Amino acid sequence: MAAKWNEITEGMAIPELKKNCSTQQLVLWAAGSGDFYQIHYDKDFAKGTGLSDIIVHGALKHAFLGQLLHDWLGGNGKIKRFGCSYRGMDFPNQDITCKGIVTRKYEENGQKLVDLEIWTENPEGKKTTPGSATVIINS
Amino acid sequence: MTQEKTPLITDEMRAHVGKESEPYTLEVDKTSIRMFARAVGHTDPIFYDEAAAKAAGYRSLVAPPGYLGTPIFNPNAAARRGRDIGPQPSRPLNRILNGGTEIEYFDDICAGDVLTATSHVASYEEREGSIGQMLITTTKTVYRNQDGKVVAIMTGTGIRY
Repeated sequence: MAAKWNEITEGMAIPELKKNCSTQQLVLWAAGSGDFYQIHYDKDFAKGTGLSDIIVHGALKHAFLGQLLHDWLGGNGKIKRFGCSYRGMDFPNQDITCKGIVTRKYEENGQKLVDLEIWTENPEGKKTTPGSATVIINS
Repeated sequence: MTQEKTPLITDEMRAHVGKESEPYTLEVDKTSIRMFARAVGHTDPIFYDEAAAKAAGYRSLVAPPGYLGTPIFNPNAAARRGRDIGPQPSRPLNRILNGGTEIEYFDDICAGDVLTATSHVASYEEREGSIGQMLITTTKTVYRNQDGKVVAIMTGTGIRY
């Protein structure tokens, strides 16, 4: 199911992407991204810096939002820009729900563009990673 | 009695804003793309199967969103390469949080690409937050591929406290 230009409307929600990181996934991410900061896999170290537990890497949540967009596009477009702020911490073994809403649909320089508000939500429904994106739709 | 806090941002830091780093090299290869995609949990075969990527019109495996290559590791390099956050603030800040990431893409990045990045500090900002006095550093990194084309620009925000 790919995103289709004539089916996209401003205000529509794109399909959610649900994540729940095991500590193993955080270690995989440390290796995949090269971010070996210990607050993401060493509980004692994390507590020593004042955190209550190890926390999910911000950049991993950014990459989750990238997957949210990628999966929605389904091969019928490309991500032009996507970014987010890390406002709240997320912890392993808790749901991280990635969501997006179309804020603008327009054509510019011959490209079909869509702006979106994107974010991750924690189990309490708090937006821990608010962001925005622009994608190019092929057709 | 209130005590004035010493500003964290020094003249030396202000002079550092906008200074381009030395270029550094990042490799994009099939193994690292698969590793990144697997860590995120991607299921699209264009990140894992070269035939699927080619069938979708790409040169090779596609760099997943957020993946901008792996810096070449040098055990003899004195400091961590990559984003240069500049001179030390007026007092040492040992705790670091990632504040945000934004990537703008200008072309495809695929396995086999060799990227050259240069970065600079775009701004320093001081803020008082729930965790106390914070130093917010915004860096911009420009990634060029082997043909000299700018393929991506990343804006990163780091918080030290």
